[in-house]
Amino acid sequence: MPDTANSDTNLPYALRAYSREDLVGALRKMFLIRKFEEGAEDSYTRGLIHGTMHLSIGQEASAVGSCMSLTDADKITSTHRGHGHCVAKNADLGRMFAEFFGKETGYCRGRGGSMHIADVEKGNLGANGIVGGGLPIAVGAALTAKRLGTGAVTICFFGDGANNEGAFHEALNMASVWKLPVVFVCENNKYGMSTSIERSTSVKNIADRAVAYSMPGVTVDGNDFSAVTEAVDAAVARARAGEGPSLVENLTYRWRGHSKSDRNRYRTKEEIAEWMERDPIRRMADLLVSHDILSEAEVGALEAETEQEIRDAIAFANQSPAPLIEDATRFVYTEEMA
Amino acid sequence: MREITLSQAVNEALAEEMRRDPTTFIMGEDVAEAGTPFKVLSGLVEEFGTDRVIDTPIAEPGFMGMAVGAAMTGARPIVDLMFGDFIFLIMDQLCNQAAKTHYMSGGKLNVPLVLRTNLGATRRSAAQHSQSLQALVAHIPGLKVAMPSSAYEAKGLMKTAIRDNNPVVIFEDKLMYQDKAPVPEEEYLIPFGVANVKREGSDITLIATSSMVQVAEKAAEMLAAEGISAEVIDPRTIVPLDEEALLKSVRKTSRAIVIDEGHQSYGVTAEIASRLNEKAFYHLDAPVLRMGAMDVPVPFSPALEDITVPTPEGVAENARKLCAGEMIHAA
Ligand SMILES: Cc1ncc(C[n+]2csc(CCOP(=O)(O)OP(=O)(O)O)c2C)c(N)n1
Ligand SMILES: [Mg+2]
Repeated sequence: MPDTANSDTNLPYALRAYSREDLVGALRKMFLIRKFEEGAEDSYTRGLIHGTMHLSIGQEASAVGSCMSLTDADKITSTHRGHGHCVAKNADLGRMFAEFFGKETGYCRGRGGSMHIADVEKGNLGANGIVGGGLPIAVGAALTAKRLGTGAVTICFFGDGANNEGAFHEALNMASVWKLPVVFVCENNKYGMSTSIERSTSVKNIADRAVAYSMPGVTVDGNDFSAVTEAVDAAVARARAGEGPSLVENLTYRWRGHSKSDRNRYRTKEEIAEWMERDPIRRMADLLVSHDILSEAEVGALEAETEQEIRDAIAFANQSPAPLIEDATRFVYTEEMA
Repeated sequence: MREITLSQAVNEALAEEMRRDPTTFIMGEDVAEAGTPFKVLSGLVEEFGTDRVIDTPIAEPGFMGMAVGAAMTGARPIVDLMFGDFIFLIMDQLCNQAAKTHYMSGGKLNVPLVLRTNLGATRRSAAQHSQSLQALVAHIPGLKVAMPSSAYEAKGLMKTAIRDNNPVVIFEDKLMYQDKAPVPEEEYLIPFGVANVKREGSDITLIATSSMVQVAEKAAEMLAAEGISAEVIDPRTIVPLDEEALLKSVRKTSRAIVIDEGHQSYGVTAEIASRLNEKAFYHLDAPVLRMGAMDVPVPFSPALEDITVPTPEGVAENARKLCAGEMIHAA
């Protein structure tokens, strides 16, 4: 929760709104996401993980910054590029890796894998293999919150590519008509697979779509933790106050290819290098160091600590048992009745 | 004869037909420069340009519907749907529009489009990228459904599909893109509704679609070593279905197993098995058996995923039992 202890308006928003502990925790999560993705990549290379994966290296500020003012009671819906969202919503790294490795100890007992991690206790309703699939689902979760008066807010993460699905437009319209407590967070990394936003999308900024659905829409530097937090916190507050949905567009970039099959021919080395210069983690660390919240040495120690956590998580996943073959048909239906 | 991959075979079929007929074009996600995630369309945009190899936004119902409209008005679109699982997104345009337009217009409008997509599990892609959904579209009158089992079929069926004046759905097995087979250099087409006897036999008929043909052939190999002679038939198109060829074989062998990678319940195997029961009942020595994928969403975990699909060992085991006169209770 943002606290307004520090009212020096010259400070970046995040430093005004959050305690030292919160801010260090946020940087820590950003490191965890980066190291998680690198650990996943490495495990894939070593043949421990099968299938494909969509890494969010370079997008850490968007995931962590967007979830800053959420509690475990608040919900998110995530995407195929969802590992960062899980970590931002406080997932356990061992259980995440176990899911990746197809193990019984994984979040979905190995049934879902990388593209389908859900962490229900923490309010993560799940990643999605269908682009745009999570958009109406998020609106449904917001409908529940409104009907039951839970006060919960739902953040709906989606990519720039998803904004051209009909589901996006239907979801925003209904959320607006019924003033539902949902925040649409577009992680605009400029491409949906090989197709650039310029080639696929009729508006310059995806936030421009908000006008058509009578909701606020803002575009922010998605690699600037404070800017993301400021925009999404305001949208979450508006949702909580019963004033309806908002659209926030975080401009960011994925450093890696779309997935394991990407030849990366649609973008230049220069473009990638330029975005790597705008590393959201380095920028967050610089912010904290320049405001004497952490020393450079403490940042280094934090990073090393997260590396160890990832090693431990991978070891846990490795040692975990695979699902039992006789359980293959469990969970197709629930046995419970209302 | 030269051997090429299934992927190259599809690519050649598309290139040849696009050269032949300027009204054809390809539309889908990541088809141009990327040539699809499976690289099947590599090189086509270089030859035909971005006017005829069109990258769409991620908007499947939209571009599927556009293909229907274009097809109604003189074009011959080839729609690329990246994963067969996404068929659920385009069901209205495919099944309510494309499939019914010719009939509802009293024969006045045609919808000559091809929907290229895929099927197949065991790629560790989990439940939304692994389904084999051919039964869903085969259920809808007005759609034709082709299921190539090798590079040879992939090329010949694709060329026929493009020239057909009806909407045709082609399911390629995404695990077979790199599999090679002999494919003639000379042009050929494979007509729809003509089954292919892949292997002759006298004790039991194995009717299999797509990659299940390989599974059946391997099973037949295993059975041959034990003195059981299995005939393997590939229908090649499930709509239209070469019922006569299947019946002829079953009347000869008096036993049959039908194998398809769709879910076992309410599937392609059920349809074929019941036609055999209806039309060859008095020739049968054993109930016709269905073998499909287990009725579960495809699990991610390799340990689980591998047991959800028919295997050569499983087919051989069932064939052995049928030939020995044992009753098998299908799951
Ligand atoms: C309905 C649907 N269409 C297509 C795909 C294939 N696909 C997976 S991710 C992706 C690109 C998504 O782009 P974007 O929304 O910008 O997310 P990003 O990958 O950039 O994070 C596509 C086309 C899919 N999974 N689901
Ligand atoms: Mg994107």
